[in-house]
Amino acid sequence: MQQRVDFHSRIEQALGNPQLKASLRSAMDGLMANRKACFPDADALEALRLRGAQIRANALSKLPQLLLQLEQRCTQNGIRVHWAESVDEANGIVLGIMREHQAELLIKGKSMVSEEMDLNRFLEAQGIECLESDLGEYILQLAGEPPSHIVAPAIHKTRQDIARLFKEKFPDIPYSDDVDTLTRNARGILRKKFYAASAGLSGVNFAVAESGTLCLVENEGNGRMCTTVPPVHIAVTGIEKVVEKLAHVPPLLKLLTRSATGQHITTYFNMISGPRRTGEKDGPKEVHLVLLDNGRSRIYEDNELVNTLRCIRCGACMNHCPIYTRIGGHAYGTTIPGPIGSILEPQKAGLDNLGELPVASTLCGACAEVCPVRIPIPTLLNRLRYERIRSDHDGATHGQGSGRTRKEAAIWKAWSWLHRSPVRYRLALTLATRLRKILPLGLGPWTRVRKPPRIAAKNLHRRAREEGFNDR
Amino acid sequence: MTDKARDAILQRLRNRQPGFDTPSQRVAIETPSWPMEARIAQFKSMLESVRAEVHVVEPENWTDCLKTLVAEKQINNLLYAKQGPLAEAIEAAWGDTLLPELVCDERPVDEWKEEIFFQTDAAVTSARAAIAETGSLVLWPDAFEPRTWSLVPPVHFVIVDGEKLYNTFAEVVEAEQWARQMPTNALLVSGPSKSADIQQTLAYGVHGPTELIVILKASS
Amino acid sequence: MAEQKRYPAKPKKAYFFATCLVDLLYPEAGLAGMQLIRREGVEVIFPQDQTCCGQPAWNSGYRDEAREVALRQLACFTDNYPIVVPSGSCAGMMRHHYPEMFRERADQASIEAFSSRVYELTEFLVHVLKIELKDLGKPIKVALHTSCSARREMGVADEHEALLKQLSKVELMTQARKEECCGFGGTFAVKQPAISAEMVSDKANAIADTGADLLVSGDCGCLMNIGGHLDYRDAAIEHRHIASFIWERTHATEG
Ligand code: SF4
Repeated sequence: MQQRVDFHSRIEQALGNPQLKASLRSAMDGLMANRKACFPDADALEALRLRGAQIRANALSKLPQLLLQLEQRCTQNGIRVHWAESVDEANGIVLGIMREHQAELLIKGKSMVSEEMDLNRFLEAQGIECLESDLGEYILQLAGEPPSHIVAPAIHKTRQDIARLFKEKFPDIPYSDDVDTLTRNARGILRKKFYAASAGLSGVNFAVAESGTLCLVENEGNGRMCTTVPPVHIAVTGIEKVVEKLAHVPPLLKLLTRSATGQHITTYFNMISGPRRTGEKDGPKEVHLVLLDNGRSRIYEDNELVNTLRCIRCGACMNHCPIYTRIGGHAYGTTIPGPIGSILEPQKAGLDNLGELPVASTLCGACAEVCPVRIPIPTLLNRLRYERIRSDHDGATHGQGSGRTRKEAAIWKAWSWLHRSPVRYRLALTLATRLRKILPLGLGPWTRVRKPPRIAAKNLHRRAREEGFNDR
Repeated sequence: MTDKARDAILQRLRNRQPGFDTPSQRVAIETPSWPMEARIAQFKSMLESVRAEVHVVEPENWTDCLKTLVAEKQINNLLYAKQGPLAEAIEAAWGDTLLPELVCDERPVDEWKEEIFFQTDAAVTSARAAIAETGSLVLWPDAFEPRTWSLVPPVHFVIVDGEKLYNTFAEVVEAEQWARQMPTNALLVSGPSKSADIQQTLAYGVHGPTELIVILKASS
Repeated sequence: MAEQKRYPAKPKKAYFFATCLVDLLYPEAGLAGMQLIRREGVEVIFPQDQTCCGQPAWNSGYRDEAREVALRQLACFTDNYPIVVPSGSCAGMMRHHYPEMFRERADQASIEAFSSRVYELTEFLVHVLKIELKDLGKPIKVALHTSCSARREMGVADEHEALLKQLSKVELMTQARKEECCGFGGTFAVKQPAISAEMVSDKANAIADTGADLLVSGDCGCLMNIGGHLDYRDAAIEHRHIASFIWERTHATEG
């Protein structure tokens, strides 16, 4: 995980890139408008969001039982279930499966958990080729970059960027920056890979406990390819993705696709409940499910912060975030960027590593307003700011107290001392008013782009008295 | 290793603070319900909005419709399930030499992967049900109509029975009691394969079929 | 989400909570708010012991410090009158965050009773006083920036607009992306100056593009931010708190 200096320099870098700014702005404007068009009725939307929040909160409240039920049902269905405490363990499990089958090519559908695992790099070091097949992820793999958005990974790139990249990587294919042509070229290249791959990997959007079903949302068909064509399918997911019932899936699906991209539904919604059965002519012969913890169970311990885990990864919070829109996903330096990333990632990697993220917010609340499962993101950002500076070390959050500095603590102590005494406060007011001509108000970064505010000649305490407003 | 991980994870989860409040308010979710004609119109307009073709035909005319379409689209070979629910009607209707060759390979797909990946123009399959709200087809691929058929060839024809057109996904899951018996792979298909990954511009036919053609059987 | 709020009938007396920014930098806005209420026949009480709602410390994670200061405010507003606040942000703090601040503490019930008496100024004018405004000013084009807390926490964006729309000579201009944050965010502007600068500059552009003569806002934080930036650019756009603006355009009626 990158350190704080990096965060600032990445921000500067992003802000200094006018093309990035333009791409992000138009992409986010489009995504916001699409979402809005999909939810014409505000009351119906609120009811649905409440339902979504209930379904996810219900699942979390029974998480251990539901995980066991999921394991049991999956096993009955012929899916092999693996548990991993850490990224290393999860990578080890995937490697083991690949080795067992002497598999050399893993073709991947879109999976943020595999990004979290940094699986590609890990397997490649072991001599196993990993190939992204989601068009956006494929483009980024060619470019050697991580995704900058969880739903639209290559949102920071223009079609000309992509055309140049294709030309560089595939000199035999004539240059084109036409989107259809680029897509057709990628289809041709990847089709051969689907054909040849010895294993496929996917993420999971919802894992249904009652039936042992893994649900996968996608538009391109690469998810279906990865989970249908190769003889082995490996699904990786975080332990929080479980839902109790199949009946819970339709409302979540509706919320997910509409919040994410403003689609009423995606092209494909896959519900996988096992490997190929006797007599079936295709489908993988083996299906593996890897359940990854990696810090989630720790988040789970706290009654307020646990709500972080409701997330269904729709990306709406980042689409509506004025900060994300300015700096893009890469600046965060985390697997998941944006508002949800700013609460989730510091809890996983520790506030000592990523404590700057919850601070870098205006708490404007645009994220919580759209979140389909009503995660109170600003409240949780505020909570993490507290965890970051609290000095009592009482609680589960990783890196607690690491952001406390003596200077800042002293400033707030003094602030409180001043404001909790009306006498001292009024004295300070009077003093500030007297010295208004010479007080250095808002020096520093504030006045770089703003005229400083002026202290009024008479403060309101005094004006109120003068104008005859009673004290009680 | 994994058992140890399993126990450790579950142990930690059980250690949580008590008193985790789940929002318990009752919520009434309005679910749309359309009379049949409107339902068909909704289904059709949703699918057409994502560039799928929908043909609503009298039940006895669907093979004529299919024949016209394959001819129009200059399909050379059409994959169909010899033992599937559509076979009888298709075989009876074909016979015309100008029509594309009917193909059915009943071996596991791995054994003729090359053909299905690179030499097959189109496939026709049945759908188990359909959903009006989102313009979705419900497919439960099986031994006769395997998963790849609706995925790999560039053109996919789907024949669906109007009587199986539900209002919503939730309605299908409940009416058909899915929780009791899920197949290996249940699938909603709501258009041809697409992507907006390049500069938010829609492109069709990324990995799955470029064309999705739905023939809905409904008596007027 | 603003819950369905119920408003009391017009009271005899109401408290006014200045907020520290108004107190020091925009006292005329506070005074205007108080005068508007008084003009409607309600006695306004301004407890001289009030200081700050505690939000700066609360949002910086200094919870104990915030609580100490919040408790002092509770002591100033003990009678059962509405408490009117000329700021969505401070009203949001006192209405929604105070209960959270004191959750599972002994004083919780009294805090909740206090919080339920807190109203943002424009909602108080519209729903409690049912104020009717007569515009005495010259024609003017006005852009409104509603703060994020006024919009999302207090749910009073419509009330801001409704008041301006009562003024017959005011043409309300709508800037692009009017729901977007201006980039103030309290300490955010100082901790992330570069992002904040980008946001405020985009906001100022959107406002300037409307051709407005004047920017009004119900929150002094936003006003200080956007207004300070407009002045820095020497833009020909004035800026004023919504209370000052309304008072200026209507107060000659008092004769
Ligand atoms: S936090 Fe909410 S809005 Fe953000 S990605 Fe998760 S579900 Fe979507």
